Amino acid sequence: MIARHHRRARGRVAGFITAASLLIACAVPASAQIAVVGETVYTMAGAPIRDGVVVIRDGRIAAVGPAASTPVPPGFRVHRARVVTPGLVDARATVGLTGIYNVPHDQDQAERSSAMQPELRAVDAYNALERLVTWVRGFGVTTIHTGHAPGELITGQTMIVKTVGRTVDDAMVRETAAIVATLGPGGQRREGSPGTRGKAMAMLRQELIRAGEYAHRRDDAVEDPAAPDAAPAPEAMEAGPGRDRAGRGRDLRLEALARVLSGELPLLVTANHAQDIASALRLQQEFGIRIWLDGAAEAALLLPEIRAADVPVILHPAMARMVGEYENASFETPLRLHEAGIAFAMQSGFEGYVPKVRVVLFEAAIAAGYGLGPERALAMITIDAARILGIDDRLGSIAPGKDADLALYDGDPFEYTTKCTGVIIDGAWVDDGR
Amino acid sequence: MSSPPHRPAAAPRLLSPRGAAPPTDRGWIAGFAGVLCAVLMTFPAAAQERPLALTGATIHPVDRAPITGGVLVVHHGRIVAVGRRDEVAIPADADRRDLRDHVIMPGLICTHSHIGGIGGADASAPIQPDIRIFDSINVRDSGFRRAVAGGLTTLNIMPGSGHLLSGQTVYVKLRGGAVIDDLMIRDHDGWIMGGLKMANGTNPMRVDGRTVFPGTRGRAASLVRQHFIRAREYLERRERETGGRAGPPARDIGMDAMIEVLEGRRIVHHHTHRHDDIMTVLRLREEFGFRVVLHHVSDGWMVADRIAAAGVPCSAILIDSPGGKLEAVNLSLETGAILEKAGVLTAFHTDDWITDSRLFLRMAALAVRGGMSRDGALAALTLNGAKMLDLDARIGSLTPGKDADFIILNGDPLSVYTRVLETWVEGRRVFDRSDPKDRLYAVGGPGAGHDQVPYFCCFGLGFMGGDQ
Repeated sequence: MIARHHRRARGRVAGFITAASLLIACAVPASAQIAVVGETVYTMAGAPIRDGVVVIRDGRIAAVGPAASTPVPPGFRVHRARVVTPGLVDARATVGLTGIYNVPHDQDQAERSSAMQPELRAVDAYNALERLVTWVRGFGVTTIHTGHAPGELITGQTMIVKTVGRTVDDAMVRETAAIVATLGPGGQRREGSPGTRGKAMAMLRQELIRAGEYAHRRDDAVEDPAAPDAAPAPEAMEAGPGRDRAGRGRDLRLEALARVLSGELPLLVTANHAQDIASALRLQQEFGIRIWLDGAAEAALLLPEIRAADVPVILHPAMARMVGEYENASFETPLRLHEAGIAFAMQSGFEGYVPKVRVVLFEAAIAAGYGLGPERALAMITIDAARILGIDDRLGSIAPGKDADLALYDGDPFEYTTKCTGVIIDGAWVDDGR
Repeated sequence: MSSPPHRPAAAPRLLSPRGAAPPTDRGWIAGFAGVLCAVLMTFPAAAQERPLALTGATIHPVDRAPITGGVLVVHHGRIVAVGRRDEVAIPADADRRDLRDHVIMPGLICTHSHIGGIGGADASAPIQPDIRIFDSINVRDSGFRRAVAGGLTTLNIMPGSGHLLSGQTVYVKLRGGAVIDDLMIRDHDGWIMGGLKMANGTNPMRVDGRTVFPGTRGRAASLVRQHFIRAREYLERRERETGGRAGPPARDIGMDAMIEVLEGRRIVHHHTHRHDDIMTVLRLREEFGFRVVLHHVSDGWMVADRIAAAGVPCSAILIDSPGGKLEAVNLSLETGAILEKAGVLTAFHTDDWITDSRLFLRMAALAVRGGMSRDGALAALTLNGAKMLDLDARIGSLTPGKDADFIILNGDPLSVYTRVLETWVEGRRVFDRSDPKDRLYAVGGPGAGHDQVPYFCCFGLGFMGGDQ
């Protein structure tokens, strides 16, 4: 009886395993070895290759080169396209935290309860199954730097994910990429603080100073836990591991900002007006922190300053409406940044209405058409974005050893009438394109 | 008691020109421009003393096949001739301009725009036909400069969609001027042409139940029906009582506009997204017989056959992604293609500021990406929109006798790399990309977002001396 029961159970288990294997096989169909043949392959690691071949093995790029010298290994499945580019990298998005319906249920980009909440993680708010994530993937976007949006002085954190997976863990590239701060009207409150630019900077500086003191206390406590003067103050007799000398415990808020002060994380500062950009650079000076300039609609007015500060710019979407902070936006800002030798990338950004998600390919296309040209515009949404984000060891170009993330097109990717004909992520065919 | 007379004759009527309406406002405009210019003592008063012949360009007349190496002749603000080099006799006294490697097409017509800092109906009621949008337009708004930079020459400027009926729209030509009156289009009776803006779906609804606005779709339709019934009764009373002992009913300026709608002179421009909301508009049109253009039609592709069967035109918008509002989650870049294949008269609009007027050509290109024909997409920016504004006898194609509204491009209209170089309205150049002041608005940059002091009063007249 017992033996029979065990046999039945074993049979069920075996059946389950078979089904599970099938499911896994279906879910990752293209872990089979594949090659992509393109009439033009923009590797972004050298000149474009005519009649190029990209060989993909185990989710990574094994070889890339002209067909004449880069044979497709026997048994590899071949995909063909007019144009092949690296999977596109959107340097700053909110998609996944913001959803298609634009109702409170699917808008997690900015918590309003407090002006500064750097401890809010993007990973806790990202919906990997959001339709708009799939939407942008259909145009070739494979990696997004997404997370909290402007809306308060500090809204939270960002992360870097790929546009695949059923959970955020499936998609993860980097769990925390930056802390989001906003200078100018986008970070101000109608009632309460900060209500002005001056107050916003004062609050930001004070909080960074507090975080520095916190880090100092915490480091002291860790370095010398047995020192006699580290005895807890009488009012903090309950102090335990992780508490500092004064008995104060872990503070997620200050801890997050301490990671900015240590240089581990950049402060992604949204600043569009020239005076707000100048304030961001002042913060960098005072605290010696890493700054990513976000938005930067009036960057063209401060090119020497931005260049001298060696701060990268993650530029607002080219088609951002010319109202409010964007009243002086220009289709030619990408060209100006390029001419000035400033590192920059294009973003899809945050939209409160429609289009609920911008397609970074379309935004870069405008830059391509307004003086930047297609190859530099492509760099803006591939290798240059990856460099700024610090993921260029894995992403942003087609080179041996890198993740096999590719976008396929039936023509110049920036032409409005060109379609994306396929998307490959980690060597798997994940999308038939739009 | 018989039911009120329906107007079935009006219902199935396609939008068609209201007779051949020779433009009569041009003399007035020219006169105005003349006075203004004389005051400024800068330029000669009248445009185009001599004919202008543009040669060598690829011409998209829209009402006929594209012409390579074509000729366009304009004079006194009108198109005189268009055709192949061997078809057109260029007048001996014409100024000539070689436009090889360029493209000429009609000025773009936006059937749905909100530029000019408009303010239509207020929060007092969901139905306000007494509002005239032209009473609120700032002609110095920088949006006008961006519009001509994008190749737009005619707009239907409308109040918003936060009401079931938010007021009267106005059709304008971007011919420049100091006041909105300079931009208005008048018909042969001198009537200021415009439509009536209506909306259904979520925008005009308020769910808190504390206002006079509808909280449900059923209530919204009911309010509109009751309003149209009142309008019909007002019309009947006016017809019956005028000349009688009691005299006509007390004049109601909102009802005056409604009568223009019931008589077919004023077209309803109806914001509608969801498939069932679209059908509600068709149902109300069936009942009251008004002429209507369906605007936005995010779900239009789902009921394209019904729209086609009703013979109702659509002015669609294509957005870079679906959603952003509940009614637009099924928005498709294939809408233009599907409507075209169903036989629906289809135009596009900017809905500026929803999309940027400078990028209006892009919308046609996105439609082609979605499967629409190239010719259909270009017509959707020009002639089809003209039909929806009762203006196709005057604008929308490069046809002899029509207004000389055209744009000059440096390449394929549907390419991201193509720029609008010049925009002409009634034979005057209103945008010239080679002029740094104009270029600022075309590209953006410091100062481009600010509203401006009077602009293009005397634009481009220097060019008429035949400098090229």
